[in-house]
Amino acid sequence: MSEKNRDSQWSLWEVFVQSEQGAPHVHVGSVHAPDSEIALQNARDVYSRRNEAISLWVIPAYSITATTPSDRGPFFDPASDKVYRHPQFYHVPKGLK
Amino acid sequence: MNLDKKVKSALFEFLLRMGDDRLILGHRLSEWCGHAPIIEEDIALGNIALDLIGQASAFLSLAAEVDSKGKTDDDLAYFRDETQFKNLQLLEQPNVNFAGTIVRQYFFDVYANLILENLTNSSFKDLAGIAEKCLKENKYHIRHSKQWLLRLGDGTELSNEKSQNAVDKLWRFTNELFEKDDVDKILIEEKIIQETDLLKNLWDDRVLLTLGKAQLNKPIETHDFSHGSRKGFHSEHLGHLLAEMQILARSYPNAKW
Repeated sequence: MSEKNRDSQWSLWEVFVQSEQGAPHVHVGSVHAPDSEIALQNARDVYSRRNEAISLWVIPAYSITATTPSDRGPFFDPASDKVYRHPQFYHVPKGLK
Repeated sequence: MNLDKKVKSALFEFLLRMGDDRLILGHRLSEWCGHAPIIEEDIALGNIALDLIGQASAFLSLAAEVDSKGKTDDDLAYFRDETQFKNLQLLEQPNVNFAGTIVRQYFFDVYANLILENLTNSSFKDLAGIAEKCLKENKYHIRHSKQWLLRLGDGTELSNEKSQNAVDKLWRFTNELFEKDDVDKILIEEKIIQETDLLKNLWDDRVLLTLGKAQLNKPIETHDFSHGSRKGFHSEHLGHLLAEMQILARSYPNAKW
């Protein structure tokens, strides 16, 4: 076991479930596990015991790079105050749904 | 399927053995509920317990049908006494700790795998069908218990010690795993089960291979005192287990919930 896992809690793995052929793997939650095989087994037991899955991915949570709450302004706000970014000024031709 | 009396009673007996193995081990695993080392493993052990109890229900229902005395799987599970239970003594042994539970489980999972494979070729189609379904679950159970055994045996000094203790304690119960008696012989003749002579060697090979990879050893001195599980002889632990498992059904017969 690597140094990283010698905590009282095992490391965290994010779980992605594919529910049918061709569908995307969707994030459903996380599990604790000492390694990838046990992570897969735990994910199977926690998230797919009632036929929810045909495929599972587990990814070490530490390998995900995420935005922080303080990124929220600079990252996402500019999109909402430039109305011309949104295609809402077009007239939709009659008969088009 | 029209069976003569002798075959019918052998088949009933065999189905009890299969059902009782799963009922008793399933109950033992259910004792982990709320006590497992981590919540994920709590759920995993609960899942396996439920699989096994489902399998027990399938085998005992078929037993009741073969017996044709108007009983149900519940009657067989809750209203038989200790000496009428035909499960392996291995499976009634207490959980002790997580390592003990995993060693017991792996020993059983490999055994079950070999028997179920055998039964998928049964001339008795109902039995072959149940075996097919159980085998799917069994393959996951083996993966779970084997992967844990590898990690516990080849883990820390403490986890290795606990696993080795469990192997030493439980090995003595494995000698009778494939013991063949009249029941088996009658069913083999009818092709309801296939020849079982080679299975013990296969079990040994597979289990010893895994033990080796897990840095665990077969005990040097093995006491071979477990015999007669299939005739209803048990260790002192089964009575206590049954008392807990059966009390509700016996205190409130026909209770619905």
